[in-house]
Amino acid sequence: MSPIKIDASCRYAQNHEWIRLEGDLAVVGISDYAQDQLGDIVYVELPQVGDQLAQAESFGVVESVKAASDCYLPVAGEITGVNEHLESEPELVNSDPFGDGWFVRIKIADPAQLDSLMDAAAYATFCEQDS
Amino acid sequence: MAKRTALYDRHIAAGAKMVDFAGWELPIQYPTGPKEEHLIVRRAAGLFDIDHMGQILISGPDALPFLQHMLTADISAIDAQRAGYALLCYADGGVVDDTFVYNLADRYMMVVNASNVRKDERWLRWHSKPFDVAIENVSDTTYMLALQGPKAATILQALDGGSSASLGHHACQRIDLFGATVIVGRTGYTGEDGYELYIPTEKAVDVWDALIEAGQPLGLAPIGLAARDSLRLEACMPLYGQEIAPDRTPIQAGLGWAIPFTKGAFLGRDALAKERLESPVQKLVAIQMLDRGVPRHGYPIVEGQETVGEVTSGIYSPTLDAFVAMAYVPRRLAAIGTEICVMIHGKARRAAVVKKPFYRAPDPN
Repeated sequence: MSPIKIDASCRYAQNHEWIRLEGDLAVVGISDYAQDQLGDIVYVELPQVGDQLAQAESFGVVESVKAASDCYLPVAGEITGVNEHLESEPELVNSDPFGDGWFVRIKIADPAQLDSLMDAAAYATFCEQDS
Repeated sequence: MAKRTALYDRHIAAGAKMVDFAGWELPIQYPTGPKEEHLIVRRAAGLFDIDHMGQILISGPDALPFLQHMLTADISAIDAQRAGYALLCYADGGVVDDTFVYNLADRYMMVVNASNVRKDERWLRWHSKPFDVAIENVSDTTYMLALQGPKAATILQALDGGSSASLGHHACQRIDLFGATVIVGRTGYTGEDGYELYIPTEKAVDVWDALIEAGQPLGLAPIGLAARDSLRLEACMPLYGQEIAPDRTPIQAGLGWAIPFTKGAFLGRDALAKERLESPVQKLVAIQMLDRGVPRHGYPIVEGQETVGEVTSGIYSPTLDAFVAMAYVPRRLAAIGTEICVMIHGKARRAAVVKKPFYRAPDPN
């Protein structure tokens, strides 16, 4: 089995969501560790563009064969884009969790909240302790 | 701590993700994944470790009258070397368990759900006093495997030299494998052709290895519990604890065909006869989602603000590439084509009642 990937350009929340800054906006998804734990993803539910959400507020649901899991926004923000490919190809979350399997793009409301998230190294340790 | 089956090391070596199911550590999936494992069984063949299930032997001069009393089906219609589906019911018609009963000529073997083995044995013993029967729970020494799929017959016959070649649907016989007597039934829980094997536990690993070796060139793969669930649901086969339970009768679940009321008295008969006469208030239907969403066990069926039913089992169906479920709905909503609403994550989403089963294996002829 291939080792779990951790993208160094992201910051991570305790529920295994990642966030990556792209200029003024940020992209959010779930980590390789999360997709591996969930197994085959069969369905992803995403919010509407324009939705304004608080930090740790549920922005969607990712469903595997066996269970549904809420996804929580790592920092407060407004949804500016959603990955429509996930509607027909939810398996992108499994095959490319940091790339084509992204969930939403947001405009961050309060950049200081990023400090409350883990960097890649801290997340790696966090995952090791989780197993 | 969950119990491990004799094949535990084989599953770990194959990269299985293990899960605790009814107190047993079993593979939920292998690296192949539940969707592909499901499709492999439909296309080629799959091998399932289902040792967690229970086997109870009933023998003695009153074995037949005892089983007629305990079970809904007409056991006298199950000839020697045949098997049949039956339910154990409470006096009020609720389900104790569903079972497959094998007539092995000198005894009967009841195959029961893992979660109910001890309960079923107690239930049988409690009612056995007026009957001259011997009841033996052989679950610990009997290893159960399932070999299912269009290639299952070819694979089994490669192993047994053709001994099972004339074994028909729901028939059973003994074959010799590795010097041990193995009971084989042409039965299964996937909607495909296939077999369930009952092996002395000390030979389980040998049989598993030999089946894998014989079957791999034909596409055989080990299959986990996740795919087992999606396969049986596509075939609209009930699962105790979901479609049937102490508060769900076989009449509601559409299993009236397993209850010949002409056979005479049996536990639950009067309550079931009354329910059939008056028509059950709720019926189990097959539904397919029209709106996006994953229906799951316990999700409400709603009409406006009112909850009128519930989903018993729901999955992504790999064969249909759609989200499907079985659900209890009021009788007036049970007609095929009726649109109903399932409450999923706080939103009512539309589904349609469809014909059962979702999938039927193509006729090989």
